[in-house]
Amino acid sequence: MTTDADPGRGSRILGDLKGSGGGQRSVWIALASTLVFAGILVALIVTSPGWPAVKASFFNRKIFFDSLPEIAHAFLLNIRIFLTAEVFILVFALLIAVLRGLPGPVFFPIRGLAIAYTDFFRGVPTILVVYILGFGAPALQLSWLEWATPLFWGTLALVLVYSAYVAEVYRAGIESVHTSQEAAARSLGLSRLKTLRYVIVPQAVRRVIPPLLNDFIGLTKDTALVAFLGPVEAFRQSQIDVAATFNYTPYMCAALLFVLLTIPLARLTDWLVARERKRQLAGGAR
Amino acid sequence: MSSNGRALQLEAVRKSFGEHEVLKGVDLDVGEHEVFCLIGASGSGKSTLLRCVNLLEPVNSGRILLHGEEITRRDVDVNRVRRGIGIVFQAYNLFPHMSVLRNVTLAPRKVLGKPGAEANAEAIALLERFGLADKRDEFPDRLSGGQQQRVAIVRALAMQPDLMLLDEVTSALDPELVAEVLSVIRELAEGGMTMLIATHEMTFARDIANKVCFLDEGRILEQGPPEKIFGDPEEPRTRQFLGRIVEAGRL
Amino acid sequence: MRPRPLRWLPVATLVALLAVVAAGCGGSSSSSASSTSTAAAASCVKSQLNLVKKGQLTLATDNPAYPPWFGGGTPKGSTWKFNDPSTQKGYESAVAYAIVKQLGFTPSQVKWVVASFDQLFKPGPRNYDFDVNQVSVTPQRAKSVSFSNSYYNTNQALVAIKGTPITKAKTIADLKPYKLGAQIGTTSYDYIVKHIKPDKQPAVYNNSNDVNSGLKTGGIDGIVVDLPTAFIITGAEEVPNSVVVGRFPALGSGDHFGAVFAKGNSLVKCVNQALATLKANGTLTQLQNKWISNAGAPVLK
Repeated sequence: MTTDADPGRGSRILGDLKGSGGGQRSVWIALASTLVFAGILVALIVTSPGWPAVKASFFNRKIFFDSLPEIAHAFLLNIRIFLTAEVFILVFALLIAVLRGLPGPVFFPIRGLAIAYTDFFRGVPTILVVYILGFGAPALQLSWLEWATPLFWGTLALVLVYSAYVAEVYRAGIESVHTSQEAAARSLGLSRLKTLRYVIVPQAVRRVIPPLLNDFIGLTKDTALVAFLGPVEAFRQSQIDVAATFNYTPYMCAALLFVLLTIPLARLTDWLVARERKRQLAGGAR
Repeated sequence: MSSNGRALQLEAVRKSFGEHEVLKGVDLDVGEHEVFCLIGASGSGKSTLLRCVNLLEPVNSGRILLHGEEITRRDVDVNRVRRGIGIVFQAYNLFPHMSVLRNVTLAPRKVLGKPGAEANAEAIALLERFGLADKRDEFPDRLSGGQQQRVAIVRALAMQPDLMLLDEVTSALDPELVAEVLSVIRELAEGGMTMLIATHEMTFARDIANKVCFLDEGRILEQGPPEKIFGDPEEPRTRQFLGRIVEAGRL
Repeated sequence: MRPRPLRWLPVATLVALLAVVAAGCGGSSSSSASSTSTAAAASCVKSQLNLVKKGQLTLATDNPAYPPWFGGGTPKGSTWKFNDPSTQKGYESAVAYAIVKQLGFTPSQVKWVVASFDQLFKPGPRNYDFDVNQVSVTPQRAKSVSFSNSYYNTNQALVAIKGTPITKAKTIADLKPYKLGAQIGTTSYDYIVKHIKPDKQPAVYNNSNDVNSGLKTGGIDGIVVDLPTAFIITGAEEVPNSVVVGRFPALGSGDHFGAVFAKGNSLVKCVNQALATLKANGTLTQLQNKWISNAGAPVLK
C-alpha cells in the first residue's frame, strides 16, 4: 500500500489498485456513497417548503439565458483588467522581493521601505485602495494625470495591493532556495545581481508556481472591485440585471463565468508543476 | 602578476563564528602547480579555511594572498578574485533548473562575456575530456552522484581558474563512484593545476599530494611531504588521528 | 493499467452530478409561494391588517436616507445617516406617515428598519410591511414583488459641472460624445442605455455618493438621475458648481415610484386605498409641493 504523500501520485494510487478486487470494490462504494449523500442533500433542498420561491429567485432559466450574453460581454472587461494587472504585478512584486532581500546595513532603508510597503498594502482592504485612488487621486487635480481614467486607477489599485501579496510569495520562494546555490554561483564569479537573475530567482519562481497562480485566481475575482469606480464589468452587469428584474439569477451567470475561468487556470498550475517535476527530478519519465 | 612563485599564502588567519573560533591563526603556503592536501577530523576547520580563501567567509584577522595580491583587503573586487579560483563542494551544488551544458557555460557567458557558441564548444570539449559529453542536455538530478560531481569540477574548470579548491568532494559519494572523481582530480594534478584539497581519502592524498597538512581544531598541527606525514608523523595527535584511519582500513 | 470500468468513473460522476443539478433548476419564474395570505383580508380594518408585527407598522428604507425623499436630519442616538425616516420629514417619509394615518395608526406605532436594495426582492418572508425607497415600478419587477400604485411620477434629468462643454447640449443627440453615469438599480441607467445611447459606455456606481464623486473627479461628464434628486444635488451643493442641464421626456408612461411589498401581500390593497384617498383629497400634491422642488428645467428632446 503506498504511503507516499506525493501529490502527483493521486492518479497512480487508483492505478495501483489494479487487479486487487478489494481495492476496486472500495472505490465503487466510495462513489456510490458520495452520490447517495449528494442525492439526499439535493432531495432535502428541493422538498423544503421555501424551495419554489428560492428556485424562482435564483435559478430562473429564462432570465439566466436572457442576461448571460450581456454579462459575458462585460466579462471581457474583467479579463482585460486581470491580464493587464497580472503582468505588472509579477514584475513589480519581484522587484519588491529583491529589494527586501538586499543584505547589509547600508541597504537598511530600502529593506525598510519594502517591508513597510508589503505590510501596508496587505493590511489595507483592497476596496479602500480602490476608492482612495479612484476618487481621491483625480480630486488632486494634477494636470499631468488628466488622462488617468477610473479604469486606470482601479487597475493600479489592484496592482499595488496584489504586488504586496505576491512579493511575499516570491520572498518565500527565494528564501527556500538553499544558500549553497548562492555560494556556488558567487564562487563562479557571478555578481549578486547575476546570481539572483540566473540562479536564485528562476529556481524560486518554479517553486512557488501554485501560490502565484492562487493569487492570480484571487485577482480575477477582485477585478469586480473596479466597478465601484464606474466601469461596468461582469459582476456589475449582473447587478444591473438583478436590479432590473428583481431576481438574483443574473448573479448565477456571473458566478458561472468566474468558475469557468478558474478551472483552466487551476489546470494550468497543475500542468506547470508537473512539467517542472518531470524535467528536473529523478524518477520522472526518461 | 608578481607572485614569487607562491600561488596562495595564508598569514595568521583567524576566523570566528560568533563566540566560537574555528581558525586559530593558520599559516599556509601553496606554490604554483602544487597539490596541497588538508587532512583532519570533521569540525577541524577545513571547509571554513577553503571558504575563507575564496572569500565566501570574511576573515577576522590575518591576510590571504593570491598570487602575491592581498585579497583580504577591504577594497578588493570580490567577483574578480573568484573568477580566478575554482571551488567544488561536497554537495556538488549544480543548478537544478539548468542542463549540464548550461551549468557549465553560465559563468563563461555571463561573467566572461563569451559568445554562446564559443562557450558551448569549450564546454563540450571539457565534458568530453571527462567522459560526460553525452550527458550535456540532461538535468543534474538525473545523473549519478559521481557524474554530478564531475560536472561540478568541469563547471569550475570552465572559468579557467589558476587555483582549484576541493572541499571533500568525494565524501558524499557512494564508494563505487569515488574512483571516477578521483581520476579526474588526478588528471588535473598531472596537468599542473594548483590545488588545495580537503579530503578524507588518505590513500589518494598520499598518492597525489606534494604537501600534506594536518588541521586540528583550527590549527595546523603538522605539515610536510606525504611520506613524512603519513609515514612518520611527529605530533601525537597526528599519530592518533592517522592511527584511527588505518584501523578503519582507510589507509 | 487501470481496470476498464474505473476509467469511466470521473465521467460517470460528472454526468450524475449534472443530472442532479439540472433536475433542481429550470422553469420560468412563477408566482412564488408567499408567506402571506392572498385570499383573506378583503377588509382593511386596522385589526385585520396583514402585518409582520400586530399593532405596529414596520416600514423600511435604505440607509443613508437621502433628500428630498427624507429630511429632518438625524436626531441624537439615531443609527440613520443623513436623515432619520421617523422625523416624518421629506417626501417619502411624509407620504408614508400619511398612509399610516389612513390605515388607522399613529406615528408612534410606526417602526423603521433598514432594507438595502438587494434585500427588496429576496425570496422568503420579510421583516417589514412595505418599503419606500424611490423604487420604480416595472412589469418585470412586478413578477417578483408586489407594488403599490404610484405615489410619485418623475422624469429623468441631467446634472453637470458649470461651464463644461456638456452644459451646452440642447438635445439628446448632443449628448452622444459624453460619458454619463448613474446609480445601480435605477431606471436612470436604463434611460441612458435605451434612450440616450451615448457612444461611450455609461459608468455605474453603487450609491448616490459615488455617482456624485464620479462627477466631481471627472470620471463622468454628466449624471442622469431623477429630477427631484437632481435639484438637491445642485441646490444643496452635493456637487459644488453643478447645474441641472435639463430634463428628459418620459419613456412610455414615465417613472412611477411605488411602495414594495412581498409578492401577494394583501396589505397592498389597503395601501392603494389609502393612496387613492390621499390623491383625491390633494394631500399627495400638497406634499409634493412642500418637499420637491418646483424649479423648472429645459427639456432635452
